[in-house]
Amino acid sequence: MPVNPEFAGRVYPPSAPYGVSAAKIKEFAEAVGSTDPVHTDRAIAQARGYRDVIAPPTFAVLIAQRSEMAFIFDPEAGVDFSRVVHGEQTFVHHRPLTAGDEIVGTLTVDSVKAAGGHTMIVTRTELSAGDEPVCTSLSTIVVRGGE
Amino acid sequence: MSEVSTRRAFSGVSVGETLPSKTVHIDRARLVQYAGASLDRNPIHWDERFAVKVGLPNVIAHGMFTMGAAVTIVTEWAGDAGAVVRYGTRFTKPVVVPYETGADVEFSATVTALNEDSRQATVEITALCGADKVLGRATALVQLG
Repeated sequence: MPVNPEFAGRVYPPSAPYGVSAAKIKEFAEAVGSTDPVHTDRAIAQARGYRDVIAPPTFAVLIAQRSEMAFIFDPEAGVDFSRVVHGEQTFVHHRPLTAGDEIVGTLTVDSVKAAGGHTMIVTRTELSAGDEPVCTSLSTIVVRGGE
Repeated sequence: MSEVSTRRAFSGVSVGETLPSKTVHIDRARLVQYAGASLDRNPIHWDERFAVKVGLPNVIAHGMFTMGAAVTIVTEWAGDAGAVVRYGTRFTKPVVVPYETGADVEFSATVTALNEDSRQATVEITALCGADKVLGRATALVQLG
């Protein structure tokens, strides 16, 4: 089944909240090799003006992808996950993700375009803590066409 | 509370400045570590049999791992991991990670633009695995002090 082009413009309901923990921030920072103590030392983070330890710039993917799954696994969307390749990724940070944040993601399917047998899909996830916007994640996925 | 800025001063930065580069060795253990940390457990990133079965040459690194490792040269230069206000890239080539040798990715970066009003620097990052550019148009906007 091809990707359903009518999904362009669709907005999904907000995700369940994701609680950002100091432990997950530390684990993620170690995994990408970010040695800044602002990820692990609350006193250092607070001395720099943050409420608590902050996440590395790409940590947001972990929360945004939870929202993207709602679309990718929507049976009506027609996305074959085994053919999905990540094409592009952009984060716009309004402030760093911080331990203690309860983050809700709201996913919009910005565009669905057929190109050379493949389908390119741009999704946008707005991550917010209550009414405060924290990060915008823009993701382009490519669904490879059949051989 | 008195805040201590650790951020690099905008006044000392110039267009064309190169950031300290870094080479990151990627092996299977590193990818399993990232899979757990990021919750991206797609087996193409750690299971060679599965990767080959779906048409890949071997296990490949998560594009998001490479993106996350690349920006560490920017945050280390900026003096604060919270300094990156925008960061984007294209994933142009996969990083193939053989069991025996792993893979080395070399990250380098250059300041390409400065905004006096916002005290922000645009930094373009290059990620090379052998001769392959594995990230395309990897660009970070950095809030300096």
